[in-house]
Amino acid sequence: MRVGFLHSLIRRDEKLLIAELRRRRDMEIVFLDDRRLVFDLETRPPVDLVLERSINHSRAMHALRLFEGVGTACVNAYEVARRCGDKILTAASLRDHGVPQPEVRIAFTPESALAAVEELGYPAVLKPAVGSWGRLLSRVNDRDAAETVLEHKAILGSYHHSIFFVQQYVEKRGRDIRAFVVGDECVAAIYRTSDHWITNTARGGRASNCPVTPDLAGISLRAAQAMGGGVLAVDLFETGGGFLVNEVNYTMEFRNSIDVTGVNIPERIVSYLRRAVP
Amino acid sequence: MHECPVCEAEVTISADPVEGELLECEECGIELEILALDPITLGEAPDAEEDWGE
Ligand SMILES: Nc1ncnc2c1ncn2[C@@H]1O[C@H](COP(=O)(O)OP(=O)(O)OP(=O)(O)O)[C@@H](O)[C@H]1O
Ligand SMILES: [Mg+2]
Ligand SMILES: [Zn+2]
Repeated sequence: MRVGFLHSLIRRDEKLLIAELRRRRDMEIVFLDDRRLVFDLETRPPVDLVLERSINHSRAMHALRLFEGVGTACVNAYEVARRCGDKILTAASLRDHGVPQPEVRIAFTPESALAAVEELGYPAVLKPAVGSWGRLLSRVNDRDAAETVLEHKAILGSYHHSIFFVQQYVEKRGRDIRAFVVGDECVAAIYRTSDHWITNTARGGRASNCPVTPDLAGISLRAAQAMGGGVLAVDLFETGGGFLVNEVNYTMEFRNSIDVTGVNIPERIVSYLRRAVP
Repeated sequence: MHECPVCEAEVTISADPVEGELLECEECGIELEILALDPITLGEAPDAEEDWGE
């Protein structure tokens, strides 16, 4: 089986996947560097499947659409990347499938966004619809802060920063959960703990093992299915009323989660590829 | 031996390098990319863009 490895920069996560692919006698890697690709809408790449590991969301999403357009299966699928890459589409898909999430509001002007924040109450969280690694997230604790952030976004940001995604702040006692879904299995989960309210490991959050209970596996699989399924990292909050799904990531980073969970996540991903070829 | 193109310190490369691989210069902390394998050529890695991430 020939696996097209769609990438730009190769980080430790990608190196682990490459090592795993190279270990398999029945798999061959074809490197597809997104900085060198040119698409013509007709030519099929010489691969049986594309594994998407690009660091750029826009490149990944468009490349997936173009590969699928010529009949190449992709992990993850284009529609999955599109939904996961945009928090508004994620929220809408979660709601379509009845998956619990924090209260959200979406608004298109600073004035309506302020009204939305006031309606949700403080603290509230403002996030760019497209973005990752906890960048440009703001927790606003009062009306003054909300006005300031919204004005700055509208004036200093590019046009997509004036699409306002507002979430209710979830009191999460210093940690959230990331669950790793591969196909129809929740293979592992970690707690991400930090003194800062943003707990991403990219921002210094510490990873520790989180037991995959039936409840956690259940909601994580439902969230993954809501996005279209595949290889997905589901971020969740624990609350008194149960889990809430914060977001779903389609190019998941797992390098800090292998040792703490004892689960060989890249091995699970590569094994899944066989099942993903039609 | 491989040199950091920025500070000229020695940079260690893994046993199984790949084109596009990201590494950090331990001396100056800059992020480097392996641009070519034969011979190994290092350059500064591109800066993160707004749509980068998971
Ligand atoms: N509504 C919220 N209430 C409390 N904490 C939040 C909320 N939204 C985000 N956070 C914190 O900020 C972190 C980053 O948020 P989020 O995952 O939405 O952003 P991101 O930039 O897409 O991150 P990534 O894609 O790397 O997971 C979360 O892991 C969580 O710790
Ligand atoms: Mg994200
Ligand atoms: Zn250096």
